[in-house]
Amino acid sequence: MSIAITTQLICFTVLSLVVIIGALGVVLLESIVYSAFLLGGVFMSVAGLYLLLNASFVAAAQVLVYVGAVNVLIIFAIMLVNKKEDLKPINDIKSRRVISTSICLTLLSLLIRVDVTNVWSLSSPKNSIGEESTIRIGEHLFSDYLLPFEVASVLLLMAMIGAIVLARRDVMSKDISTGLPVDQELIEKSSEPLLTNKN
Amino acid sequence: MEYGLDLEYSFNEFLKGFGLSSEIAHIIWLPLPMLLVLVAAVVGVLVTVWLERKISAAAQQRIGPEYAGALGVLQPIADGLKLLVKEDIIPAKADGILFTAGPILVLVPVILSWLIVPFGQNLLISNVGIGIFLWIALSSIQPIGLLMSGYASNNKYSLLGGLRAAAQSISYEIPLALSVLAIVLMTNSLSTIDIVNQQSNAGILSWNIWRQPVGFIVFWICALAECERLPFDLPEAEEELVAGYQTEYAGMKFALFYLGSYINLILSALLVSILYLGGWGFPIPVELIAKFLNLPINAPFIQVFTASIGIVMTVLKAYLLVFIAILLRWTTPRVRIDQLLDLGWKFLLPISLANLLITAGLKLAFPQFFGG
Repeated sequence: MSIAITTQLICFTVLSLVVIIGALGVVLLESIVYSAFLLGGVFMSVAGLYLLLNASFVAAAQVLVYVGAVNVLIIFAIMLVNKKEDLKPINDIKSRRVISTSICLTLLSLLIRVDVTNVWSLSSPKNSIGEESTIRIGEHLFSDYLLPFEVASVLLLMAMIGAIVLARRDVMSKDISTGLPVDQELIEKSSEPLLTNKN
Repeated sequence: MEYGLDLEYSFNEFLKGFGLSSEIAHIIWLPLPMLLVLVAAVVGVLVTVWLERKISAAAQQRIGPEYAGALGVLQPIADGLKLLVKEDIIPAKADGILFTAGPILVLVPVILSWLIVPFGQNLLISNVGIGIFLWIALSSIQPIGLLMSGYASNNKYSLLGGLRAAAQSISYEIPLALSVLAIVLMTNSLSTIDIVNQQSNAGILSWNIWRQPVGFIVFWICALAECERLPFDLPEAEEELVAGYQTEYAGMKFALFYLGSYINLILSALLVSILYLGGWGFPIPVELIAKFLNLPINAPFIQVFTASIGIVMTVLKAYLLVFIAILLRWTTPRVRIDQLLDLGWKFLLPISLANLLITAGLKLAFPQFFGG
């Protein structure tokens, strides 16, 4: 076995272990902050797996989008509402855990079965495009994958408008959740600059 | 374009002369450039810290460090030693693991980004195809480290500093990436080597700063904001937040933050010089001088000479920018947080978008000047 293959094997083992253990930690840990940071670790390891597959552009995009944007925003949100509260104990927690575990295990066995029974058409390393993949991704995005690409951007726009509507309640005359008329005066008061009342 | 020194090739050939296989020679070669770049980065930090002290002193009509070595050049080393022997304190109610992991997460991506900084045609650790994109991706990890240390310190000022750092970093990353995208559009490649080569055909006249003046200014402002340098040092604004996310840190962990911020500053300066100021290129193309003096460009002596000129030019341009950054720090007031976010979202973002659009239009209209 050559040194390159051994290195690849070691990297793959370590990365997969980090992904599995990290993902378990995200779900099972009590502290939400730890879960959020572990999620970042899982995203990073997935990027590492992409690197092992010679997909450096996808790996960098994964780091930029999932670690740099999604995970940072998750942590940001957790820290902005950094409230220490004891959650109400759930009565039938044990049966709930049993049910969710069995559902997860069923899904896992389904995935394993697909993995074992399906015949994967593996391309040989000689056919891999490597560094050229950036250009190839761009070509695909502007030809046969143009519609999904544009639809995804419309989806993001919708999410953004939704976020603005939720954040700026004062532009709405009715409360979204209750349907009652919004007390405009109250909102005006809270958003008034602090320094103007001093003199 | 394959000229210049290829140290890796000669080194491997040299080791093969002793009867080693090419794989082992490659493994022996691998750590050498990394170590060299790490040493270069740390020495660069020492020089920058000394410059910062001296220039700030000059700006405030003081003398500055004087007794440690001639003109106080050993002062940064003394600072480093002091931090090294200081007691390592983890506050009693802090979160030990996250408190330790925070500074590491801040420093490691910055050092990894040196992977793509070229000092010459073959003088870089790895000419990865995604080049400059790797730097953008890696620099987006940093806010996680800042948030982590801000949270783990169990201190209101630290948490506020960490949140501010993350908000600042997210908002300035977008115009930064857009202005880099305009350069990539002109180069047709993400690789830093190609970006420099694209600017090398007519010396100083072909540098990207003339074709991308708006992009240059936007990139420089965003780079300063990403480094958290004054006028954008809100995450650690002393008068409001004590020291932001660094408040609870002491000893070597604080030194990691310190090192990270200065390595980041030098890295940003290097990248500005690579993207906009012709990288290792001499203001007059070296090939032209060699032709004028009737010297063969491929002779070993000329090769060594051009390589050293390349390194000197890269470092010179970078330190010129570091000088400007230091001068800015000691002469400008700090912006407020709302002004900072306004500048990022309402001014730099539309301008960099327009710049990208105009670059694309110009590329279609004048393909010979804007990379066909």
